[in-house]
Amino acid sequence: MTVDNGVFEKMHQVMKRPNDRSEEQLVCLTNAGISRDGRWLVRGVDLTIRRGEVVTLIGPNGAGKSTTARLAIGVLKPDEGSVERSTGLRIGYVPQKLSIDWTMPLSVRRLLRLTSPLAERDVMAALEATGIAHLADAEVRHLSGGEFQRALLARAIARKPDLMVLDEPVQGVDFAGEAALYELIQSIRRSTGCGILMISHDLHMVMAGTDTVICLNGHICCRGTPETVSQSSDYMKLFGGSARSLAVYNHHHDHTHLPDGRVEHSDGSITDHCHPDDGHHHTDHGHAGHDHGAHEHGGHAHPVAKAAEGDRNHA
Amino acid sequence: MLDDFFTRAILAGIGVALTAGPLGCFVVWRRMAYFGDTMAHSALLGVALSLFFQINLLLSVFGVAVAVSLLLLGLQRRQSLSADALLGILSHSALAIGLVLVAFMSWVRIDLIAFLFGDILAVTPGDLALIWGGGAVVLFGVALMWRPLIASTVSEEIAEAEGMKPERTRLVFMLLMALVIAIAMKIVGIMLITALLIIPAATARRFAASPEWMAVAASALGVLAVVGGLFGSLHYDTPSGPSIVVAALLLFIVSLLPGMGKPAAGRAANTGVRG
Repeated sequence: MTVDNGVFEKMHQVMKRPNDRSEEQLVCLTNAGISRDGRWLVRGVDLTIRRGEVVTLIGPNGAGKSTTARLAIGVLKPDEGSVERSTGLRIGYVPQKLSIDWTMPLSVRRLLRLTSPLAERDVMAALEATGIAHLADAEVRHLSGGEFQRALLARAIARKPDLMVLDEPVQGVDFAGEAALYELIQSIRRSTGCGILMISHDLHMVMAGTDTVICLNGHICCRGTPETVSQSSDYMKLFGGSARSLAVYNHHHDHTHLPDGRVEHSDGSITDHCHPDDGHHHTDHGHAGHDHGAHEHGGHAHPVAKAAEGDRNHA
Repeated sequence: MLDDFFTRAILAGIGVALTAGPLGCFVVWRRMAYFGDTMAHSALLGVALSLFFQINLLLSVFGVAVAVSLLLLGLQRRQSLSADALLGILSHSALAIGLVLVAFMSWVRIDLIAFLFGDILAVTPGDLALIWGGGAVVLFGVALMWRPLIASTVSEEIAEAEGMKPERTRLVFMLLMALVIAIAMKIVGIMLITALLIIPAATARRFAASPEWMAVAASALGVLAVVGGLFGSLHYDTPSGPSIVVAALLLFIVSLLPGMGKPAAGRAANTGVRG
C-alpha cells in the first residue's frame, strides 16, 4: 500500500471545508455519564457525530475514551444523560482489544462476515483497501498484530457502515502502514460519507485528519478543531508534561541521538545523556531544526517537571 | 448379534453425538469446559428432584441445569468471586446435594453408577424419541442462531455494537446446553458429559478450516466415538460412558500424530477452505 501525497493534499482541503453534503446526526450524546462502583468513568459528555464527520477522542489513559465510544454505540448504557442513535444506524466497530481463542478456525474472509453476510466483491475490496488481500484465506490466529488490525479495519469497512467507531485502529501497524491506514480512513469518509468516531494516540495524525477533536479526562476538558484544541491551555496541561511523543511532532529538537546512545547537541558537543539541566538545553532558544527521524526516546528519561516546562515553551 | 437394547443404545448415542458436536465446539471456543461440567454435575440434583417430586426426569434435569446456569450468571455479575471459584462451588455443591438427597430417599432404589457413568441398558424407546426430538431442537436452534453465536463468541462487544443481542444469544446457548446435558445423561453419564462435548471438538480442530466445518467434524467424530465405545462396552462389559470417552480420546490421540490434520501453519494461508 502506498501513500499518495496528492491524496493527502486533497484530504487537507476536505478537512478545512467541512462536509456540507449532509448534516444528518448519527449519534448524539447529551450530558452522558457512566459510573461503576460509585466512581464516574466519564461524566457530562456532550458529543454529536454527523454524517461525513470525523470526531477524534484524545486523552490520557483512563480518561474514558473507550468508555465514551462504547456509550455511543450502545455497548454500555448511560447512568446519566442520554444517548440517541438514528434509527437503523449501521455501525462498523473496531474494538481496542480483541482476543480470539486459537481453537476457533477463522479465516480472514470469514472474520469479515462475522456479523452480516457480505458479497464477495465487498469483502475483497475491503481487504485490498487495507492491503491484506493476499491474506484472505489465512487463519486469523496466524496474523501478526498489524495484519490483524488491518483485518479488523477491513471488517468494519466491508459492512459499509453509516458510522465507523475505531478504537485505536492502527495499533501495532508499522510506521508506513499507519499513515496509509489513516489516509484510507479519510478516503472512506469521503467516498461513503459515513461518520467516524476515532480514538487515537497518534496526535499528529489526529491533527491532520479530524474535523473535531475532543480532549477527554473523565469529562470533556476541551474541544474544537485540531488547531484550537492544540492551543488550548487545558490540552497543554494534559499533554504538555505527560506525553513526550506529542512534543516530538510539535517542535524540533535541539539534539540528536547517536546510534551508540550518546547525544550530539546543537553546539556540536557530545554527552552521554541529554538532561535539560546539563547546560546544552536552552528553554528560550529558537529551534534549530534537528530531526529526530523515527528515533525513539526510550533510552533515557527526562525529569518530568523540567521536560514539561520545556515542552510548554517549545509549543 | 445386535440385540434390541443395543440398537437403541447405538441410535441414542448417535443422536447425542450429533447434537454434542456443534455445542462442544462452542464450549471449547468460549472456554466453558468447566461451566459445562458444572451444569452436568447439577444434573444429579435434577435426578434427585425428579425422584422426589415424581416428575419427568428429562424435564427435571433440564430445569436444574438452567437454574444453575442462571444462578451462575447472576453471581458472576456481582463479581465478588472469580468465575472459576464460583463454578467450583456450584459444581460440587449441586453434585453433593444431589447425592445427599438420593441417600435420604431410602424408599427409592436407583442405580447411581448408571446415572454417573451411563448405562446402555437403560435406553427405552421413549428415551430414544426424547433424545432425537431434543437433539433436533438443539441442532435447529444452533443453526438458527449460528451467526450471532459465532459473532458473540468472537466478540460480544462487536456483536452488540453491530445490532445483535449477545445477552439473548448467551441465554439461548445455556438453554441448548441444558437440553444436551439432559439428553446425553443416560448414554454417557453425568460425570462424563463434558468429555463428549469437548474431546470430539478438540479433535475436529485439527481438521477444520472454518467454524462450520469444525462443528460438522466434531459431530462426525462424536458418532465414531459413540459407535466404537458402545461396541467396546458390549464386548468388554464396561460401562458405556467411560468406553465412549476412551474411544473419543483414542481418536484425539490419533489426530495428534504427525501427518494428520491440516497442513502446517506456514502454508495455511494458501490452503484454507472458504468459510
